[in-house]
Amino acid sequence: MPITYTSGEQVEVYRFSIPVTIGVPLLALFVQAFIPLRFPRFAVYFDLPLLVTIFFAMARRNPIAGLFTGAAIGLAQDMLGHNPIGLYGIAKTVVGYGASSLGVKLDVENAGARFLVTLGFYLIHSAVYFTVARGLVNMTQNWSWLHGILAGLANAFLGVVMFFLLDKFKQRT
Amino acid sequence: MESVLGRYRNLIILVGVLFLQVLGLATQVKRGGNDPENTRLIRVWAVDAITPFERVLIWAQNGTGNIWHNYFYLRGVRAENRQLKDQIEQMRLEQVRLSEDAAQARRLQSLVAFKEQFISRTVAAQVIGSSGSDLSRTIYIDKGESAGIKRDMAVMTADGIVGKVLVAYASVSQVLLISDQSSGVGALLEKTRLQGVLRGTANGEVVLERVMSDEQVPVGETVLTSGGDQIFPKGLPIGIVTKVGNGKDLFLNIKVKPAADLSKLEEVLVLVENKERQATAEENVHIRASDILAQRLPSVPDKPAEASPAAGTTSGTAEGSTKPAVAKPAIKPAGAASTSTPAAKTPSGANSVPGAPASGISVKPAEGTSAGTPTATSSPKKSSPAAGPTAPDPKSGPSPIAPASAPPKPAQPSTPPDSSQPPAGESSPQ
Repeated sequence: MPITYTSGEQVEVYRFSIPVTIGVPLLALFVQAFIPLRFPRFAVYFDLPLLVTIFFAMARRNPIAGLFTGAAIGLAQDMLGHNPIGLYGIAKTVVGYGASSLGVKLDVENAGARFLVTLGFYLIHSAVYFTVARGLVNMTQNWSWLHGILAGLANAFLGVVMFFLLDKFKQRT
Repeated sequence: MESVLGRYRNLIILVGVLFLQVLGLATQVKRGGNDPENTRLIRVWAVDAITPFERVLIWAQNGTGNIWHNYFYLRGVRAENRQLKDQIEQMRLEQVRLSEDAAQARRLQSLVAFKEQFISRTVAAQVIGSSGSDLSRTIYIDKGESAGIKRDMAVMTADGIVGKVLVAYASVSQVLLISDQSSGVGALLEKTRLQGVLRGTANGEVVLERVMSDEQVPVGETVLTSGGDQIFPKGLPIGIVTKVGNGKDLFLNIKVKPAADLSKLEEVLVLVENKERQATAEENVHIRASDILAQRLPSVPDKPAEASPAAGTTSGTAEGSTKPAVAKPAIKPAGAASTSTPAAKTPSGANSVPGAPASGISVKPAEGTSAGTPTATSSPKKSSPAAGPTAPDPKSGPSPIAPASAPPKPAQPSTPPDSSQPPAGESSPQ
């Protein structure tokens, strides 16, 4: 199965109903805020709002929609914390834009591609957050490759499972 | 020009959105750094969207858990109950010792016009959510401004401090944990009395800073609040020292394990009122260790009255003879004078017990009763026929055999040492 599209192939673009567009990111934010109460390490390794951003961006295959989805989810995530609003917003805007741009060129229905894309975007997200937090807000941040890769792998595994579940909500345009 | 805009439209929008967010960040940083109060109006949307669901879920979870634990899963409850009762007895004894120390400290504090802080009111709250990010160590509790919670109030559990209120919304509050890197708590080492600043690190550890490297800090030492931050009252437990190493700039790097388990918080107390008052020596001046023992020790009434040959004289002697140092508190002066217990042999007749700890365990009439009658906690067994007939009539005034050297104490309700604080319903004395 080819991973990249040729000029002759039609790229499938999906859309989502309004309840799904609003409900799924809110659910992701809710679960992300709630699960650490019982499993504190969850917040260290998993980022459900990021996975939702990647999924919506790749499915819509529209960079503008992707970046706005990422910005909205990221800003909402910022609002739940106490750090300045915009740290997650900027990072997820970049991810949303990148994932939707990549979705145009890659077959992101494939589990392997999804795994690699999620791993890559997790690292990009962490790098953007780290840069903005240190450079703009002067926050003390420690970069750890080991943690980044482990968390990236964890998110990639979860992402593959989650994307197949979320595929049920896709509607063909 | 149009073709350029059309061609790079996506990129231009991306740069525009990023620029707006960077601008927003810069504005926030300029206005007040990490202070979420500056962006309260924006944050309240997300909080209002998420926290109601969390509240419902926690409520359902607790309800289910309570039904299971309170009605079905009761295995080992009896054993645990017995164990807890033993523990209570141990703690009561400890309390007696501490209350005497506290009374002494108050007397000394009053001499130097010392102002003391005490916790006068707390509000219990349930933890309903978190920030969901390891880069922002905050939690949400289900009480807000409507419950009297305001910004910068201390949050704690029975084990130790948790953090402070960062933002109080109408019905929820955001609490900054002490493990967050932007938090800071004035801290004090219990034994060495060294002061420092407790901070969180980026990876969620808690460290004590600003302790000079030439100081000796033993691992395992308890860290308490120093009160210097004007948020946490002095003396609350923070945690214990787990590692001591050299830090930056002549300071030690001391790692602290928080006493409260910050990763498994369920209920917390918010300190909503913290008063400062002049220390007074009068407080508890009439409360003796023996009174507390007499009222609270379950072993006192359990002693058989007939164990003493002098049981016929007073009810107090019957008990006292079997437990000279501990059970004696129940003895009335009259009874003490008429028995062969150590207390009876004291020159003063009744007010001190030889061999009693220096902390001041002594004998005095039980409050609320006249000499010779059982103390407030006496069980019906205590006023047994053996003791009853000889017990002086409460209305007949002081016992005729009460020693002159021991002036009778005024009858007053026996209150525990912390009686100055409000009842435990809403308040939680420290």
